Amino acid sequence: MNEQEQQLLMEIADDELILGWRDSEWTGIAPLLEEDVAFSSIAQNEIGHARALYELVARARGTTADELAFDRSPDEYRCAPLVELRLMDWAETIARHYLYEEADAKRLEQLKQSEDPEIAGLATKIDREEAYHRIHAQMWFDRLRDEPRFVEALERLRPQAEALLDSAQRGEHTAELADLWEEMTMVRRSQPAGTKW
Amino acid sequence: MIYEVFRQERKGQPLQHAGSVEAANDHFADVYAREQYGRRGESTALWIVPRSAVIAIDEFVDELNRNYHRVDGYPLKEKLKEARERAGTAAAHGDR
Repeated sequence: MNEQEQQLLMEIADDELILGWRDSEWTGIAPLLEEDVAFSSIAQNEIGHARALYELVARARGTTADELAFDRSPDEYRCAPLVELRLMDWAETIARHYLYEEADAKRLEQLKQSEDPEIAGLATKIDREEAYHRIHAQMWFDRLRDEPRFVEALERLRPQAEALLDSAQRGEHTAELADLWEEMTMVRRSQPAGTKW
Repeated sequence: MIYEVFRQERKGQPLQHAGSVEAANDHFADVYAREQYGRRGESTALWIVPRSAVIAIDEFVDELNRNYHRVDGYPLKEKLKEARERAGTAAAHGDR
């Protein structure tokens, strides 16, 4: 796996980790119980995908998935600002979910064509789960497509979704990432490096 | 809307009531039922039925008191016990 491929996988892994974290913030407070379960499960899947991607890169770099996920400073993350936003509104959350799945489908399709069998294999595996995320996103899109609040959120967030497919638009972070990082890495930082969990 | 969910645990087995999901429409019901009753490989099939489609009966009136149609009130257990005792006594008599 060359440096460029590693970089691309890190971008996707960071997107999935941070979005999974953000989506999990709806656990317990989603609009209805059934959706709570479904959306929490999606959040968990995204974090699982991040883990699998980190593991692939970690092997190439002689490190571990945990170190890649938690032992970097916030400015070293390669996620797109769209996934960092702390959205407190369900319509906005679904708008982001829809835009993310749309872009994610495109980049997974490319990864599945990779000449590296490990990358192509993992992309195929991830895509099988993402298919359910897309069904979920589409179903909500169909339900909210005539709601002005949703349409407005979709239009406002759409420009930010472009960075998902463009490495050149990454690197800048929102202030919200620093807060998320603080919370996400708190437990790990409370223990000396090398602690076995 | 409330949907009742039935699940089949293994092929060939009857579908049994698993629970219900609240969903805005059939599509949501499909996704939520899969999530709650099918995601961990615990089901081979699901039936999802709007509760409004269920014909529910919970009253059984027996106007003419035809209780001979019913299976209760016939203490088979007692009768069996009595029969066993008689047979035991008979066997004991036979031994002698």
